Amino acid sequence: MAKAWTFGENMNTDEIIPGRYNITIDPLELAKNVFCEVKPEYAKTVQPGDVIVGGQNFGCGSSREHAPIAIKGSQAKCIIAPSFARIFFRNCINIGLPILECPAAVADITEGDDVDVDLASGQIFNRTNGHQYQASALPDFVLKIAEAGGIVNFLKTHDIQDLMT
Amino acid sequence: MGTLIEEIFARKAGRPVQAGEILLLDVDYIMSHDNTTPLAIKAFRDIGKPILDKNRIVLHFDHAYPAPNVLAAENHKKIIDFVKEQGLPHLLHQGVCHQVMIEEGFITPGAIVIGADSHSNTYGAMGAFGTGLGSTEIGVAWVTGKCWFKVPETIRVELSGQAQAGVYAKDVMIHIAGLLGMDGGTYRSVEFGGEYIDNLPMHERIVFPNMSTEIGAKCGLIAADEVTIQYLENETPAKGPFEMIQPVNPRYERVIEIDVSTLVPQVSCHPDVDNVKPLSQVEGLEVNEVYIGTCTNARYEDIEIVANMLKGKKVHPFTRVIVTPASERIYKKAMQNGLIEILMDAGCTVTGSGCGACIGRHGGILAAGERALTTMNRNFIGRMGSPLSEIYLASPATAAATALTGRITDPRGYL
Ligand code: SF4
Repeated sequence: MAKAWTFGENMNTDEIIPGRYNITIDPLELAKNVFCEVKPEYAKTVQPGDVIVGGQNFGCGSSREHAPIAIKGSQAKCIIAPSFARIFFRNCINIGLPILECPAAVADITEGDDVDVDLASGQIFNRTNGHQYQASALPDFVLKIAEAGGIVNFLKTHDIQDLMT
Repeated sequence: MGTLIEEIFARKAGRPVQAGEILLLDVDYIMSHDNTTPLAIKAFRDIGKPILDKNRIVLHFDHAYPAPNVLAAENHKKIIDFVKEQGLPHLLHQGVCHQVMIEEGFITPGAIVIGADSHSNTYGAMGAFGTGLGSTEIGVAWVTGKCWFKVPETIRVELSGQAQAGVYAKDVMIHIAGLLGMDGGTYRSVEFGGEYIDNLPMHERIVFPNMSTEIGAKCGLIAADEVTIQYLENETPAKGPFEMIQPVNPRYERVIEIDVSTLVPQVSCHPDVDNVKPLSQVEGLEVNEVYIGTCTNARYEDIEIVANMLKGKKVHPFTRVIVTPASERIYKKAMQNGLIEILMDAGCTVTGSGCGACIGRHGGILAAGERALTTMNRNFIGRMGSPLSEIYLASPATAAATALTGRITDPRGYL
Protein backbone atom coordinates (compact mmCIF):
# COMPACT_ATOMS: atom_id res chain seq x y z
CA MET A 1 0.00 0.00 0.00
CA ALA A 2 1.40 3.37 -1.03
CA LYS A 3 -0.64 6.17 0.39
CA ALA A 4 -1.39 9.43 -1.44
CA TRP A 5 -0.92 12.64 0.54
CA THR A 6 -2.71 15.58 -1.06
CA PHE A 7 -1.75 19.25 -0.86
CA GLY A 8 -3.28 22.47 -2.20
CA GLU A 9 -2.30 24.92 -4.91
CA ASN A 10 0.77 27.17 -4.75
CA MET A 11 2.39 25.06 -2.01
CA ASN A 12 5.44 27.19 -1.28
CA THR A 13 8.85 26.21 0.02
CA ASP A 14 8.14 27.85 3.39
CA GLU A 15 5.10 25.58 3.76
CA ILE A 16 7.13 22.56 2.71
CA ILE A 17 9.78 23.41 5.29
CA PRO A 18 9.75 26.73 7.19
CA GLY A 19 12.93 28.78 6.93
CA ARG A 20 13.75 28.38 10.60
CA TYR A 21 14.41 24.64 10.13
CA ASN A 22 16.76 25.12 7.17
CA ILE A 23 19.79 25.40 9.31
CA THR A 24 20.68 21.77 8.63
CA ILE A 25 21.12 19.96 5.33
CA ASP A 26 20.61 16.48 6.75
CA PRO A 27 17.70 14.90 4.79
CA LEU A 28 16.45 12.90 7.79
CA GLU A 29 16.57 15.91 10.11
CA LEU A 30 14.77 18.06 7.55
CA ALA A 31 12.19 15.30 7.01
CA LYS A 32 11.17 15.54 10.67
CA ASN A 33 9.68 18.99 10.02
CA VAL A 34 8.49 18.63 6.45
CA PHE A 35 4.97 20.11 5.97
CA CYS A 36 4.92 20.69 9.75
CA GLU A 37 2.48 23.59 9.52
CA VAL A 38 0.20 22.49 6.70
CA LYS A 39 0.03 18.77 7.54
CA PRO A 40 1.78 17.94 10.82
CA GLU A 41 0.70 14.28 10.71
CA TYR A 42 2.64 13.74 7.47
CA ALA A 43 6.13 13.65 9.00
CA LYS A 44 4.95 11.36 11.80
CA THR A 45 3.19 8.72 9.74
CA VAL A 46 4.55 8.82 6.17
CA GLN A 47 5.79 5.44 4.92
CA PRO A 48 8.55 4.81 2.37
CA GLY A 49 6.99 4.74 -1.11
CA ASP A 50 4.06 7.03 -0.29
CA VAL A 51 3.21 9.58 -2.96
CA ILE A 52 2.78 13.36 -2.71
CA VAL A 53 -0.06 14.75 -4.80
CA GLY A 54 0.15 18.54 -5.06
CA GLY A 55 -1.74 21.38 -6.70
CA GLN A 56 -0.53 23.69 -9.44
CA ASN A 57 2.68 25.70 -9.01
CA PHE A 58 3.92 23.22 -6.43
CA GLY A 59 7.17 24.33 -4.75
CA CYS A 60 6.96 28.05 -5.45
CA GLY A 61 8.91 30.54 -3.38
CA SER A 62 12.54 30.39 -2.46
CA SER A 63 15.32 28.52 -4.26
CA ARG A 64 16.09 26.45 -1.19
CA GLU A 65 16.87 22.83 -1.95
CA HIS A 66 15.98 22.07 1.62
CA ALA A 67 12.38 21.71 0.43
CA PRO A 68 12.84 18.86 -2.08
CA ILE A 69 15.55 17.34 0.14
CA ALA A 70 13.11 17.28 3.06
CA ILE A 71 10.55 15.49 0.88
CA LYS A 72 13.16 13.06 -0.42
CA GLY A 73 14.33 12.51 3.16
CA SER A 74 10.78 11.55 4.14
CA GLN A 75 11.16 8.69 1.62
CA ALA A 76 8.19 9.68 -0.50
CA LYS A 77 8.49 8.01 -3.88
CA CYS A 78 7.63 10.99 -6.07
CA ILE A 79 5.56 14.15 -6.41
CA ILE A 80 2.61 14.37 -8.80
CA ALA A 81 1.25 17.85 -9.60
CA PRO A 82 -0.39 19.66 -12.52
CA SER A 83 2.61 22.02 -12.62
CA PHE A 84 5.73 22.81 -10.62
CA ALA A 85 7.44 26.07 -9.79
CA ARG A 86 10.51 26.60 -11.94
CA ILE A 87 13.38 26.36 -9.46
CA PHE A 88 11.72 23.55 -7.52
CA PHE A 89 11.35 21.57 -10.78
CA ARG A 90 15.09 21.92 -11.52
CA ASN A 91 16.01 21.16 -7.92
CA CYS A 92 14.01 17.92 -7.89
CA ILE A 93 15.70 16.75 -11.09
CA ASN A 94 19.10 17.75 -9.78
CA ILE A 95 18.74 15.84 -6.53
CA GLY A 96 17.00 12.84 -8.10
CA LEU A 97 13.49 13.22 -6.65
CA PRO A 98 11.05 12.07 -9.35
CA ILE A 99 8.33 14.53 -10.35
CA LEU A 100 5.38 13.89 -12.63
CA GLU A 101 3.13 16.48 -14.25
CA CYS A 102 -0.36 14.99 -14.46
CA PRO A 103 -3.45 17.20 -13.96
CA ALA A 104 -5.84 14.24 -14.46
CA ALA A 105 -4.31 12.26 -11.60
CA VAL A 106 -4.35 15.27 -9.30
CA ALA A 107 -8.01 15.97 -10.05
CA ASP A 108 -9.03 12.38 -9.29
CA ILE A 109 -6.85 11.22 -6.40
CA THR A 110 -8.05 11.86 -2.85
CA GLU A 111 -6.00 11.72 0.31
CA GLY A 112 -5.40 8.17 1.49
CA ASP A 113 -5.90 6.54 -1.93
CA ASP A 114 -3.55 3.64 -2.64
CA VAL A 115 -1.46 4.91 -5.56
CA ASP A 116 1.22 3.07 -7.51
CA VAL A 117 3.52 4.86 -9.93
CA ASP A 118 5.69 3.45 -12.70
CA LEU A 119 8.34 6.12 -12.98
CA ALA A 120 9.84 4.88 -16.25
CA SER A 121 6.58 5.02 -18.20
CA GLY A 122 4.89 7.82 -16.27
CA GLN A 123 1.87 5.60 -15.60
CA ILE A 124 -0.03 6.20 -12.38
CA PHE A 125 -2.46 3.60 -10.99
CA ASN A 126 -5.08 4.40 -8.38
CA ARG A 127 -5.74 1.03 -6.73
CA THR A 128 -8.50 2.51 -4.58
CA ASN A 129 -10.84 3.44 -7.46
CA GLY A 130 -9.20 1.45 -10.27
CA HIS A 131 -8.42 4.52 -12.40
CA GLN A 132 -5.22 4.94 -14.38
CA TYR A 133 -3.53 8.16 -15.52
CA GLN A 134 -0.65 9.00 -17.85
CA ALA A 135 1.79 11.73 -16.82
CA SER A 136 3.42 13.83 -19.54
CA ALA A 137 6.85 12.48 -20.39
CA LEU A 138 9.94 14.32 -19.19
CA PRO A 139 11.94 16.02 -22.00
CA ASP A 140 14.88 13.86 -23.23
CA PHE A 141 17.38 16.32 -21.92
CA VAL A 142 15.92 16.22 -18.43
CA LEU A 143 15.63 12.42 -18.57
CA LYS A 144 19.40 12.13 -18.97
CA ILE A 145 19.90 13.90 -15.66
CA ALA A 146 17.06 12.04 -13.98
CA GLU A 147 18.32 8.65 -15.19
CA ALA A 148 21.78 9.31 -13.77
CA GLY A 149 20.08 9.90 -10.41
CA GLY A 150 20.80 13.62 -10.42
CA ILE A 151 23.25 16.07 -11.87
CA VAL A 152 26.03 15.30 -9.38
CA ASN A 153 26.06 11.63 -10.35
CA PHE A 154 25.84 12.57 -14.00
CA LEU A 155 28.99 14.67 -13.71
CA LYS A 156 30.94 11.93 -11.97
CA THR A 157 30.94 9.94 -15.20
CA HIS A 158 30.25 12.58 -17.86
CA ASP A 159 31.36 15.97 -19.03
CA ILE A 160 28.69 18.70 -18.78
CA GLN A 161 28.78 18.99 -22.60
CA ASP A 162 27.37 15.45 -22.80
CA LEU A 163 24.01 16.86 -21.71
CA MET A 164 23.70 18.51 -25.09
CA THR A 165 24.65 15.59 -27.33
CA MET B 1 16.16 39.31 -33.78
CA GLY B 2 14.25 38.64 -30.64
CA THR B 3 13.04 39.51 -27.19
CA LEU B 4 15.51 40.90 -24.69
CA ILE B 5 16.23 37.46 -23.25
CA GLU B 6 16.74 35.99 -26.74
CA GLU B 7 19.15 38.85 -27.54
CA ILE B 8 21.08 38.40 -24.28
CA PHE B 9 21.35 34.63 -24.73
CA ALA B 10 22.28 35.04 -28.43
CA ARG B 11 25.32 37.16 -27.45
CA LYS B 12 26.54 34.36 -25.19
CA ALA B 13 25.70 31.52 -27.55
CA GLY B 14 27.32 33.34 -30.48
CA ARG B 15 24.31 32.71 -32.69
CA PRO B 16 20.62 33.63 -32.87
CA VAL B 17 18.44 31.72 -30.40
CA GLN B 18 14.69 31.24 -30.01
CA ALA B 19 12.31 30.57 -27.16
CA GLY B 20 12.06 26.83 -26.48
CA GLU B 21 15.70 25.97 -27.27
CA ILE B 22 17.91 24.50 -24.59
CA LEU B 23 21.36 26.10 -24.28
CA LEU B 24 24.43 25.29 -22.26
CA LEU B 25 25.96 28.68 -21.51
CA ASP B 26 29.04 30.05 -19.79
CA VAL B 27 28.10 31.96 -16.65
CA ASP B 28 29.91 35.16 -15.66
CA TYR B 29 29.31 34.96 -11.91
CA ILE B 30 28.01 32.31 -9.55
CA MET B 31 26.44 33.72 -6.37
CA SER B 32 25.48 31.98 -3.15
CA HIS B 33 25.00 32.99 0.48
CA ASP B 34 25.33 31.62 4.00
CA ASN B 35 22.05 29.76 3.72
CA THR B 36 22.74 28.05 0.38
CA THR B 37 26.54 27.72 0.17
CA PRO B 38 26.87 24.72 2.54
CA LEU B 39 24.78 22.58 0.15
CA ALA B 40 26.79 23.83 -2.82
CA ILE B 41 29.97 22.76 -1.02
CA LYS B 42 28.43 19.34 -0.51
CA ALA B 43 27.55 19.01 -4.22
CA PHE B 44 31.05 20.22 -5.13
CA ARG B 45 32.68 17.60 -2.90
CA ASP B 46 30.40 14.86 -4.23
CA ILE B 47 31.32 15.69 -7.83
CA GLY B 48 34.99 15.49 -6.85
CA LYS B 49 36.40 17.75 -9.58
CA PRO B 50 38.29 21.07 -9.17
CA ILE B 51 36.86 24.61 -9.36
CA LEU B 52 37.12 25.96 -12.91
CA ASP B 53 37.56 29.69 -12.19
CA LYS B 54 37.69 30.99 -8.61
CA ASN B 55 37.16 34.54 -9.71
CA ARG B 56 33.62 33.78 -10.87
CA ILE B 57 32.50 32.57 -7.43
CA VAL B 58 30.94 35.21 -5.16
CA LEU B 59 29.90 34.22 -1.64
CA HIS B 60 27.89 36.35 0.79
CA PHE B 61 27.00 36.29 4.45
CA ASP B 62 23.64 38.01 4.79
CA HIS B 63 20.78 35.67 5.63
CA ALA B 64 21.66 34.89 9.21
CA TYR B 65 24.54 37.26 9.82
CA PRO B 66 25.95 38.04 12.34
CA ALA B 67 25.08 34.52 13.47
CA PRO B 68 21.93 34.47 15.65
CA ASN B 69 22.55 30.91 16.90
CA VAL B 70 25.17 28.18 17.03
CA LEU B 71 23.98 26.36 13.91
CA ALA B 72 24.24 29.53 11.83
CA ALA B 73 27.69 30.15 13.28
CA GLU B 74 28.73 26.66 12.25
CA ASN B 75 27.51 27.33 8.72
CA HIS B 76 29.61 30.48 8.56
CA LYS B 77 32.65 28.68 9.89
CA LYS B 78 32.22 25.91 7.35
CA ILE B 79 32.08 28.46 4.54
CA ILE B 80 35.12 30.39 5.79
CA ASP B 81 37.09 27.14 6.06
CA PHE B 82 36.13 26.35 2.46
CA VAL B 83 37.12 29.82 1.25
CA LYS B 84 40.53 29.40 2.91
CA GLU B 85 40.99 25.88 1.58
CA GLN B 86 40.17 26.86 -2.01
CA GLY B 87 41.65 30.37 -1.91
CA LEU B 88 38.43 32.03 -3.10
CA PRO B 89 38.76 35.79 -3.66
CA HIS B 90 35.15 36.97 -3.08
CA LEU B 91 33.62 36.52 0.37
CA LEU B 92 31.43 39.49 1.23
CA HIS B 93 29.40 40.39 4.29
CA GLN B 94 28.35 43.94 3.76
CA GLY B 95 24.65 43.54 3.18
CA VAL B 96 21.95 41.69 1.25
CA CYS B 97 23.66 39.64 -1.47
CA HIS B 98 21.73 41.13 -4.41
CA GLN B 99 22.40 44.71 -3.41
CA VAL B 100 26.08 43.99 -2.82
CA MET B 101 26.39 42.16 -6.18
CA ILE B 102 25.19 45.34 -7.89
CA GLU B 103 27.21 47.76 -5.71
CA GLU B 104 30.41 45.81 -6.22
CA GLY B 105 30.05 45.92 -9.98
CA PHE B 106 29.51 42.20 -10.62
CA ILE B 107 26.35 42.92 -12.60
CA THR B 108 26.68 44.47 -16.07
CA PRO B 109 24.39 44.52 -19.13
CA GLY B 110 24.33 41.17 -20.93
CA ALA B 111 26.03 39.27 -18.09
CA ILE B 112 24.77 35.80 -17.16
CA VAL B 113 24.67 35.52 -13.38
CA ILE B 114 23.19 32.60 -11.49
CA GLY B 115 22.50 32.66 -7.79
CA ALA B 116 21.45 30.17 -5.16
CA ASP B 117 18.70 32.56 -4.16
CA SER B 118 15.35 33.05 -5.80
CA HIS B 119 15.70 36.83 -5.97
CA SER B 120 18.74 36.62 -8.23
CA ASN B 121 16.23 37.89 -10.81
CA THR B 122 17.14 41.32 -9.36
CA TYR B 123 20.12 41.58 -11.74
CA GLY B 124 17.71 42.05 -14.64
CA ALA B 125 17.52 45.72 -13.60
CA MET B 126 20.96 46.17 -15.21
CA GLY B 127 19.96 44.36 -18.41
CA ALA B 128 21.74 41.23 -17.16
CA PHE B 129 20.25 37.74 -17.05
CA GLY B 130 19.95 36.81 -13.38
CA THR B 131 18.11 33.76 -12.17
CA GLY B 132 17.77 31.72 -9.02
CA LEU B 133 18.83 28.08 -8.87
CA GLY B 134 19.30 25.45 -6.21
CA SER B 135 22.60 24.93 -4.45
CA THR B 136 23.45 21.76 -6.36
CA GLU B 137 23.54 23.63 -9.65
CA ILE B 138 25.77 26.22 -8.02
CA GLY B 139 28.25 23.47 -7.10
CA VAL B 140 27.99 22.17 -10.67
CA ALA B 141 28.73 25.63 -12.07
CA TRP B 142 31.79 26.02 -9.79
CA VAL B 143 33.21 22.95 -11.52
CA THR B 144 31.98 23.46 -15.08
CA GLY B 145 31.52 27.24 -15.39
CA LYS B 146 28.32 26.42 -17.23
CA CYS B 147 24.60 26.04 -16.73
CA TRP B 148 21.75 24.84 -18.94
CA PHE B 149 18.84 27.13 -19.72
CA LYS B 150 15.68 26.74 -21.71
CA VAL B 151 15.19 30.00 -23.58
CA PRO B 152 11.93 31.29 -22.10
CA GLU B 153 8.92 32.87 -23.75
CA THR B 154 8.48 36.53 -22.82
CA ILE B 155 5.68 38.50 -21.26
CA ARG B 156 6.15 42.19 -21.99
CA VAL B 157 4.84 44.60 -19.36
CA GLU B 158 4.47 47.99 -21.01
CA LEU B 159 4.15 50.76 -18.45
CA SER B 160 3.01 54.21 -19.54
CA GLY B 161 2.12 57.43 -17.77
CA GLN B 162 3.52 59.07 -14.67
CA ALA B 163 2.79 57.90 -11.15
CA GLN B 164 0.99 60.22 -8.73
CA ALA B 165 2.87 61.53 -5.71
CA GLY B 166 2.91 58.79 -3.05
CA VAL B 167 2.84 55.99 -5.64
CA TYR B 168 6.12 54.21 -6.19
CA ALA B 169 7.60 51.35 -8.21
CA LYS B 170 6.60 49.04 -5.35
CA ASP B 171 2.93 49.97 -5.73
CA VAL B 172 3.11 49.39 -9.48
CA MET B 173 4.84 46.03 -9.06
CA ILE B 174 2.39 44.87 -6.39
CA HIS B 175 -0.40 45.80 -8.80
CA ILE B 176 1.28 43.70 -11.52
CA ALA B 177 1.61 40.75 -9.11
CA GLY B 178 -2.12 41.02 -8.43
CA LEU B 179 -2.90 41.06 -12.17
CA LEU B 180 -0.64 38.17 -13.19
CA GLY B 181 -0.91 36.07 -10.04
CA MET B 182 1.85 34.19 -8.27
CA ASP B 183 2.31 31.68 -11.09
CA GLY B 184 1.53 34.12 -13.91
CA GLY B 185 5.17 34.33 -14.99
CA THR B 186 6.28 30.72 -14.39
CA TYR B 187 9.05 29.61 -16.81
CA ARG B 188 8.78 33.06 -18.46
CA SER B 189 10.99 36.08 -18.93
CA VAL B 190 9.08 39.19 -17.89
CA GLU B 191 10.32 42.26 -19.73
CA PHE B 192 9.46 45.63 -18.18
CA GLY B 193 9.52 48.69 -20.42
CA GLY B 194 7.69 51.77 -21.63
CA GLU B 195 7.95 55.47 -20.85
CA TYR B 196 7.37 54.98 -17.11
CA ILE B 197 10.39 52.67 -16.84
CA ASP B 198 12.47 54.88 -19.17
CA ASN B 199 12.07 57.78 -16.76
CA LEU B 200 12.63 55.78 -13.59
CA PRO B 201 15.88 56.03 -11.59
CA MET B 202 17.79 52.79 -10.95
CA HIS B 203 16.78 52.33 -7.28
CA GLU B 204 13.13 52.23 -8.35
CA ARG B 205 13.74 50.07 -11.42
CA ILE B 206 15.32 47.34 -9.30
CA VAL B 207 11.97 46.61 -7.62
CA PHE B 208 10.49 45.14 -10.84
CA PRO B 209 13.02 42.39 -11.65
CA ASN B 210 13.38 41.73 -7.91
CA MET B 211 9.68 40.97 -7.54
CA SER B 212 9.39 39.17 -10.88
CA THR B 213 10.28 36.21 -8.64
CA GLU B 214 6.96 36.63 -6.86
CA ILE B 215 5.08 35.84 -10.09
CA GLY B 216 7.26 32.79 -10.72
CA ALA B 217 9.36 34.31 -13.51
CA LYS B 218 12.66 32.81 -14.64
CA CYS B 219 13.95 36.36 -15.04
CA GLY B 220 12.68 39.92 -14.99
CA LEU B 221 14.48 42.23 -17.40
CA ILE B 222 14.85 45.92 -18.12
CA ALA B 223 16.93 46.79 -21.20
CA ALA B 224 20.09 48.75 -20.38
CA ASP B 225 19.93 52.42 -21.36
CA GLU B 226 21.60 55.72 -20.42
CA VAL B 227 20.22 55.46 -16.86
CA THR B 228 21.88 52.05 -16.49
CA ILE B 229 25.22 53.21 -17.88
CA GLN B 230 25.23 56.33 -15.69
CA TYR B 231 24.43 54.24 -12.63
CA LEU B 232 27.15 51.69 -13.37
CA GLU B 233 29.75 54.38 -14.04
CA ASN B 234 28.92 56.60 -11.07
CA GLU B 235 27.85 54.12 -8.40
CA THR B 236 29.81 50.94 -9.05
CA PRO B 237 33.37 49.89 -9.87
CA ALA B 238 32.14 48.02 -12.99
CA LYS B 239 34.29 48.70 -16.01
CA GLY B 240 32.76 49.49 -19.42
CA PRO B 241 32.28 49.74 -22.26
CA PHE B 242 28.75 48.52 -21.64
CA GLU B 243 26.53 47.28 -24.42
CA MET B 244 22.93 48.45 -24.45
CA ILE B 245 21.27 45.24 -25.58
CA GLN B 246 17.70 45.87 -26.77
CA PRO B 247 14.87 43.68 -28.01
CA VAL B 248 14.90 43.56 -31.82
CA ASN B 249 11.58 42.86 -33.59
CA PRO B 250 10.50 40.78 -30.61
CA ARG B 251 7.70 38.21 -30.64
CA TYR B 252 6.00 38.29 -27.24
CA GLU B 253 3.79 35.60 -25.84
CA ARG B 254 1.70 38.27 -24.21
CA VAL B 255 1.81 42.06 -23.79
CA ILE B 256 0.28 43.74 -20.76
CA GLU B 257 -0.25 47.48 -20.91
CA ILE B 258 -0.71 49.51 -17.76
CA ASP B 259 -1.16 53.26 -17.40
CA VAL B 260 0.39 53.93 -13.99
CA SER B 261 -1.09 57.42 -13.66
CA THR B 262 -4.38 55.94 -12.45
CA LEU B 263 -2.79 53.83 -9.70
CA VAL B 264 -3.18 54.54 -5.99
CA PRO B 265 -0.99 53.02 -3.22
CA GLN B 266 -1.30 49.20 -3.22
CA VAL B 267 -0.92 46.55 -0.54
CA SER B 268 -0.22 42.80 -0.91
CA CYS B 269 -2.34 41.35 1.87
CA HIS B 270 -1.91 38.26 3.99
CA PRO B 271 -1.40 35.46 3.02
CA ASP B 272 -0.45 35.72 -0.70
CA VAL B 273 1.52 38.22 -2.72
CA ASP B 274 -1.26 38.29 -5.32
CA ASN B 275 -3.90 39.11 -2.71
CA VAL B 276 -3.58 42.74 -3.78
CA LYS B 277 -5.86 45.56 -2.71
CA PRO B 278 -5.82 49.33 -3.05
CA LEU B 279 -4.62 50.62 0.31
CA SER B 280 -7.99 52.22 1.06
CA GLN B 281 -9.53 48.74 1.46
CA VAL B 282 -7.22 47.80 4.34
CA GLU B 283 -6.66 51.26 5.76
CA GLY B 284 -6.81 51.36 9.55
CA LEU B 285 -5.79 47.75 10.11
CA GLU B 286 -3.63 47.65 13.23
CA VAL B 287 0.01 46.58 12.87
CA ASN B 288 2.50 45.50 15.54
CA GLU B 289 5.63 45.85 13.45
CA VAL B 290 6.75 47.96 10.53
CA TYR B 291 9.79 46.50 8.83
CA ILE B 292 11.75 48.58 6.33
CA GLY B 293 14.41 46.38 4.82
CA THR B 294 15.40 43.71 2.24
CA CYS B 295 16.64 43.54 -1.33
CA THR B 296 13.35 45.05 -2.51
CA ASN B 297 13.16 48.38 -0.70
CA ALA B 298 15.96 49.30 1.70
CA ARG B 299 18.13 51.37 -0.60
CA TYR B 300 19.33 54.85 0.30
CA GLU B 301 16.44 56.59 -1.45
CA ASP B 302 13.91 54.35 0.34
CA ILE B 303 15.42 55.21 3.71
CA GLU B 304 15.43 58.87 2.71
CA ILE B 305 11.68 58.76 1.97
CA VAL B 306 11.06 57.22 5.39
CA ALA B 307 13.33 59.69 7.20
CA ASN B 308 11.70 62.67 5.49
CA MET B 309 8.29 61.46 6.60
CA LEU B 310 9.35 60.71 10.18
CA LYS B 311 11.48 63.81 10.74
CA GLY B 312 10.60 65.53 13.99
CA LYS B 313 7.82 63.01 14.71
CA LYS B 314 7.46 59.88 16.83
CA VAL B 315 6.41 56.45 15.65
CA HIS B 316 3.41 54.87 17.34
CA PRO B 317 4.43 53.68 20.84
CA PHE B 318 3.08 50.14 20.40
CA THR B 319 4.52 49.62 16.93
CA ARG B 320 8.03 48.25 16.58
CA VAL B 321 9.59 50.07 13.65
CA ILE B 322 12.72 48.34 12.41
CA VAL B 323 14.97 49.70 9.67
CA THR B 324 17.58 47.38 8.16
CA PRO B 325 19.58 49.14 5.43
CA ALA B 326 20.19 46.78 2.49
CA SER B 327 23.95 47.32 2.62
CA GLU B 328 26.66 48.89 4.72
CA ARG B 329 27.36 51.38 1.99
CA ILE B 330 23.72 52.53 2.19
CA TYR B 331 23.89 52.55 6.00
CA LYS B 332 27.01 54.68 5.96
CA LYS B 333 25.60 57.20 3.50
CA ALA B 334 22.38 57.42 5.52
CA MET B 335 24.46 58.01 8.63
CA GLN B 336 26.65 60.66 7.01
CA ASN B 337 23.57 62.51 5.80
CA GLY B 338 21.84 62.44 9.18
CA LEU B 339 19.07 60.04 8.21
CA ILE B 340 19.90 57.44 10.83
CA GLU B 341 19.72 60.07 13.56
CA ILE B 342 16.30 61.18 12.32
CA LEU B 343 15.06 57.59 12.35
CA MET B 344 16.43 56.93 15.83
CA ASP B 345 14.96 60.16 17.19
CA ALA B 346 11.60 59.10 15.77
CA GLY B 347 11.83 55.85 17.74
CA CYS B 348 12.94 53.43 15.01
CA THR B 349 15.30 50.56 15.72
CA VAL B 350 18.09 50.57 13.14
CA THR B 351 19.89 47.23 12.71
CA GLY B 352 23.03 46.15 10.89
CA SER B 353 22.74 45.45 7.16
CA GLY B 354 21.60 42.13 5.76
CA CYS B 355 18.39 40.18 5.23
CA GLY B 356 17.33 40.96 8.79
CA ALA B 357 13.78 40.01 9.70
CA CYS B 358 12.92 38.90 6.15
CA ILE B 359 13.30 35.18 6.82
CA GLY B 360 12.21 35.01 10.42
CA ARG B 361 15.50 34.06 12.03
CA HIS B 362 16.41 37.29 13.80
CA GLY B 363 16.03 41.05 13.75
CA GLY B 364 12.26 41.35 14.21
CA ILE B 365 10.49 37.99 14.49
CA LEU B 366 6.70 38.07 14.79
CA ALA B 367 4.67 36.48 17.59
CA ALA B 368 1.42 34.55 17.04
CA GLY B 369 -1.43 36.96 16.37
CA GLU B 370 0.86 39.79 15.28
CA ARG B 371 0.68 41.68 12.01
CA ALA B 372 3.54 43.37 10.15
CA LEU B 373 3.58 45.85 7.31
CA THR B 374 6.86 45.63 5.47
CA THR B 375 8.76 46.73 2.39
CA MET B 376 9.65 43.09 1.67
CA ASN B 377 8.79 41.14 -1.47
CA ARG B 378 6.97 38.12 -0.07
CA ASN B 379 4.39 37.44 2.59
CA PHE B 380 4.33 33.65 2.90
CA ILE B 381 2.64 32.35 6.02
CA GLY B 382 5.18 32.17 8.84
CA ARG B 383 7.98 33.81 6.87
CA MET B 384 8.76 36.35 9.60
CA GLY B 385 8.12 34.04 12.55
CA SER B 386 4.94 32.52 13.93
CA PRO B 387 2.69 30.80 11.40
CA LEU B 388 -0.11 32.66 13.12
CA SER B 389 1.30 36.07 12.19
CA GLU B 390 0.36 38.14 9.12
CA ILE B 391 2.51 40.05 6.63
CA TYR B 392 1.37 42.95 4.44
CA LEU B 393 3.66 44.30 1.72
CA ALA B 394 3.82 47.94 0.66
CA SER B 395 6.10 50.82 -0.34
CA PRO B 396 8.55 52.55 2.02
CA ALA B 397 6.26 55.60 2.11
CA THR B 398 3.28 53.48 3.18
CA ALA B 399 5.54 51.86 5.78
CA ALA B 400 6.52 55.28 7.16
CA ALA B 401 2.92 56.54 7.36
CA THR B 402 1.92 53.27 9.03
CA ALA B 403 4.78 53.60 11.52
CA LEU B 404 3.37 56.93 12.68
CA THR B 405 -0.18 55.74 13.29
CA GLY B 406 0.30 52.07 14.12
CA ARG B 407 -2.36 51.31 11.50
CA ILE B 408 -2.12 50.79 7.75
CA THR B 409 -2.12 54.37 6.52
CA ASP B 410 -2.15 56.09 3.13
CA PRO B 411 1.17 57.92 2.74
CA ARG B 412 -0.33 60.66 0.60
CA GLY B 413 -1.47 62.59 3.66
CA TYR B 414 2.06 62.58 5.13
CA LEU B 415 4.39 63.43 2.24
S1 SF4 C 1 16.37 40.29 1.85
FE1 SF4 C 1 14.84 38.65 1.99
S2 SF4 C 1 14.19 38.29 -0.11
FE2 SF4 C 1 16.11 39.46 -0.21
S3 SF4 C 1 17.74 37.93 -0.39
FE3 SF4 C 1 17.48 38.36 1.81
S4 SF4 C 1 16.01 36.81 2.56
FE4 SF4 C 1 15.87 36.86 0.31
